[in-house]
Amino acid sequence: MFDFLNSGQYDVLGAFWVTVQLTLYSAVGSLIWGTVLAGMRVSPVPLMRAFGTAYVDIVRNTPLTVIIIGCSLGLNQTLGISLGGGTFKEIGFRLAVLGFIAYTGTFVCEALRSGINTVPVGQAEAARALGLSFFQVLTLIVLPQAFRAVIAPLTNVLIALTKNTTVAAAIGVAEAALLMKEMIENEPQALFAVFGVFALGFVLLTLPTGLLLGWVAKRVAVKR
Amino acid sequence: MSSVLYDTPGPKARVRNWIYTAAFLVVFGLAMWWVLAIMAENHQLDAAKWSPFVTDGEIWTTFLLPGLGETLKAGLIAMVIALPLGALLGIGRLSDHRWVRIPVGAWVEFFRAIPVLMLMLFGSALYVRYSAVSSELRPLYAVVTGLVLYNSAVIAEIVVAGIKSLPRGQTDAAKAIGMRKGQIMQHVLIPQAVTAMLPALVSQLVVILKDTAIGGAVLGLGELLSMNRQISANYSNTIATLVVIALLFILVNFALTNTASWLERRLRKSQKGTGAVVAGDVAEVDAGGAAGVGQAP
Repeated sequence: MFDFLNSGQYDVLGAFWVTVQLTLYSAVGSLIWGTVLAGMRVSPVPLMRAFGTAYVDIVRNTPLTVIIIGCSLGLNQTLGISLGGGTFKEIGFRLAVLGFIAYTGTFVCEALRSGINTVPVGQAEAARALGLSFFQVLTLIVLPQAFRAVIAPLTNVLIALTKNTTVAAAIGVAEAALLMKEMIENEPQALFAVFGVFALGFVLLTLPTGLLLGWVAKRVAVKR
Repeated sequence: MSSVLYDTPGPKARVRNWIYTAAFLVVFGLAMWWVLAIMAENHQLDAAKWSPFVTDGEIWTTFLLPGLGETLKAGLIAMVIALPLGALLGIGRLSDHRWVRIPVGAWVEFFRAIPVLMLMLFGSALYVRYSAVSSELRPLYAVVTGLVLYNSAVIAEIVVAGIKSLPRGQTDAAKAIGMRKGQIMQHVLIPQAVTAMLPALVSQLVVILKDTAIGGAVLGLGELLSMNRQISANYSNTIATLVVIALLFILVNFALTNTASWLERRLRKSQKGTGAVVAGDVAEVDAGGAAGVGQAP
């Protein structure tokens, strides 16, 4: 029943490796972009706050598929932007990562913002009384505590991102979902086995992430 | 008004804020100028590419509105099937019997861990192999199947969170007046949990509508996003079309998101209920992940 795994025709591990790489690059990128967005949303400058709010409201309500297709059809094929990638494979991968960062950054931003709200006002008042500036209060006092408070919601964002990377199949990035599509077409008799293998792959990717970071979240949470 | 991070600005801070505003405007302006320059260079700003959306009514009646209709149709069918199924799964997860609780729990955790795109592909292959669904209807069936499998599992978690968000005293009091388990669920917990869950459920509808676009890109469902191919084939205006399609999605979803947060605020304020609310945003972020734990304020 599982002969298709030994035939050497399909590189299942390779496809999952692309999924993992997509997830890791996008996770790091969206953590940075989400932190910048959260910084804007809580900043004392009204214009930056307005930009942050508008960006989050707009991007969060756009389907990820529209963003990814937009990156491929709009940025690459119409405007000729390739992000420095040479081959079709590289370009698709990089554009997909860009799309995931643009989309996932909004969820990171919202999670961080809720974390900032858990820091007691008195701490920031004390910090300001010591003469710290907005950036010092944000980076030395508030963000370190906010990050520790939002590891659990960020874990959920990361797991959602892992599953969302399958959307890259829509622009031909050779990750797990695209291989599964191909295998279902070529091996219709082994439908349940193929689905089982890929489902197991995703359970193996998301389950340890959730357990590990859940444990970390409990350990580092600020006890109040 | 002061917040956690800054006081009401004094004269010095106001000057500083103006400087930041100016700096931000310059950076933002440069970025916009760069984007527009690239678009102009590739002739994407030509009036001919954008005006059809205003002047040519056919673009709306032939492509965009039917596409939006298909998106709403797939989303609503999926919601209508996933809601009762999710409610049953959620109640099953809270069952006192292990032989119900454990298999239902495994089912819910399994389908929440699988990407919805894979569930759609699996559904499509199932219909090809084991049913007589015509190839025209198959994309709709496959997309709805994928959405139902995934979202019923997510809704089950919302239901669990909704019931757990109710004060324990509700169950105790019901037990004290001699109600049975089924009666407590049916007459005390579910009616209150439904109101507590409303914001999260409306937010889940946004997730479902967004996910129909996957069906357009991968399975050829004739929903809103898939119209981009046909429109840009006729008018060769890829970017303009994608922008208009994105705007339509944003308008519908923004309306739903706002309804969800309005409901949430209303429920939190209302004096009649217990004040238990499962926040919509929590559910949306959690759509991918672990349990959506509802918190009473």
